[in-house]
Amino acid sequence: MSASKASKTPQAPQARPGDMRPLAEVPGERPPKPRPAPVPDPEAAQYWAAMGEGRLLVQGCTRCGNRQLYPRQHCLTCRGPVEWVEASGRGTVYSYTVIRQNHQRPFRDWIPYVVALVDLEEGPRIMTNVVGCDPEDVYVGMTVEATRFDVLSDEAGIALFEPVPGFEHRG
Amino acid sequence: MGRRVVSSGGEASATASRRASIVGVGETRYAKWGGITEASEYQLAVQSVLAALDDAGLSVDDVDGLASFADDRNEATFLAADLGIPELRYATMSWLPGGGGACAAVSNAATAVETGQAEVVVVYRSLCQGQFRRFGRGPGNAAPKPRPETRPAPRPGVRRARSLLEAHVAFTMPFGMFGPPIAYAMVTKRHMHRFGTTTEQLGAVAVTTRAHAARNPRAIMGERTMTMDDYLASRMVSDPFRLFDCCLESDGACAVVVTTPERAADTRRGGVTILASAQGTLRGFGHGQYSNVSMPDDDYASAGARQVAARLWGRAGVGPGDVDVAEIYDHFTGLVLLSLEDFGFCGRGEGGPFAASGAMSWPDGSIPTNTHGGSLSEAYVHGLNHVVEGVRQLRGDSTCQVEGAQTCLVTSAAGVPTSALVLART
Ligand SMILES: [Zn+2]
Repeated sequence: MSASKASKTPQAPQARPGDMRPLAEVPGERPPKPRPAPVPDPEAAQYWAAMGEGRLLVQGCTRCGNRQLYPRQHCLTCRGPVEWVEASGRGTVYSYTVIRQNHQRPFRDWIPYVVALVDLEEGPRIMTNVVGCDPEDVYVGMTVEATRFDVLSDEAGIALFEPVPGFEHRG
Repeated sequence: MGRRVVSSGGEASATASRRASIVGVGETRYAKWGGITEASEYQLAVQSVLAALDDAGLSVDDVDGLASFADDRNEATFLAADLGIPELRYATMSWLPGGGGACAAVSNAATAVETGQAEVVVVYRSLCQGQFRRFGRGPGNAAPKPRPETRPAPRPGVRRARSLLEAHVAFTMPFGMFGPPIAYAMVTKRHMHRFGTTTEQLGAVAVTTRAHAARNPRAIMGERTMTMDDYLASRMVSDPFRLFDCCLESDGACAVVVTTPERAADTRRGGVTILASAQGTLRGFGHGQYSNVSMPDDDYASAGARQVAARLWGRAGVGPGDVDVAEIYDHFTGLVLLSLEDFGFCGRGEGGPFAASGAMSWPDGSIPTNTHGGSLSEAYVHGLNHVVEGVRQLRGDSTCQVEGAQTCLVTSAAGVPTSALVLART
């Protein structure tokens, strides 16, 4: 299905496996559908907005130093106040799955793609897509970096991760 | 077999004598997704309540309570009106989500009965995935409409999402994490990474459960046999889950009737005692379903039920070595292994080899599990059908009857806020 789509649009950037780029418009077909955009919560508005500007934030407790995500009103360790801290964007794959069936656009055009949980250097774990490599190359423990920030609305972006250059193949 | 018989005598029996009983079970026919068109989901709920009352030898006039659990579209006060219940004195819905709440709903019913707030409480679940969209896809799968340029920016402190769940799916939906298989594929993948659990061990759960369903005329997949080769040949949905690792998507409803031990003694079939119940929500959940991503590794790659299990066994006065049969929530094969570990049937990380050894198989396994075919092969009714099967086992009329079964563990879903029951022959 995705193969026939690709053959219709040979120059479309989505042809590369694991890329998950917004789809190019094809004349005569329904316009491509974007990823669903977050509807920000008050606790998370800055988190989403920062990724729209290419920055990944985590919360840091000003009392005990705990770093956390999801965004909360206070530190979950000591209930102290939290502030936003810019994260390095580096982390390791904690777990992942390769999606091979999804009928919803735009994801059905990206199959197979990787949904992963990434442990950030700063501690918190986030959900993301590992892109920029063959989905079969992803493994638990792989070092990845937030290199791509897709803007989904005027108030939200998302961070996507790629393997660091020269990542070790699993064998 | 060295099974401990539930003690009776002295103080324990005084406590036991107040314990609520399940005196009736009922269900509509079960069919694959979209297979029931002659009745609405709501009408099926009504029918399942009537079937359970008939099984108990009770009538609607005896009912004064209704109990369900989260995500129920079929509200108790509406049901009461359509059933013609004389006076609804107790109506409750557990907060525990979808699959996590069936046992908690039974527990709520038992609490009502044991505290004298109601005398006959029916617990029900109707789920027609053909009439509504698949369960667990969350709201707003489609992108929300873009805000017009002219609309002012949102004020801080104002929640614009229509629900907490919609706000939460911001953390999952943009990544194409569209439902439970993906969330629990990652849990299972982590378990495989840590403990070496294999595909064939997941397959053992699917194949064993299907074999049980073959004896159950109610089971949707009762006539579809499955070998390990069939399992391995089924298409990959979300690694490591193949199609046959995932529960059915189905239409149907079931219900159980909970009442006092005194009333139970008078009913046609007698009662099955609700020996103990427990529920728990671990720290580390996000804002809703599929959000256990912030948990410590020991909790993430588990059923998240070790604390629930400890409280449950403590209250019941029995342990995993004492129960004769288990009905373990099986939304996905991998999480059955994790539940077997958390409830102590095998050690941590040993769920895979344990299942592959045939331990779950009726009649010869050490703990026959999902003797009705479970959600994988009987029907997906958010696990209330597991309670129904537990009752059948203790009444001696299961289609995979464990001989002389005295106690049964029933669990609700792993990986979400969850609950569990120990049932005992009265
Ligand atoms: Zn703190």
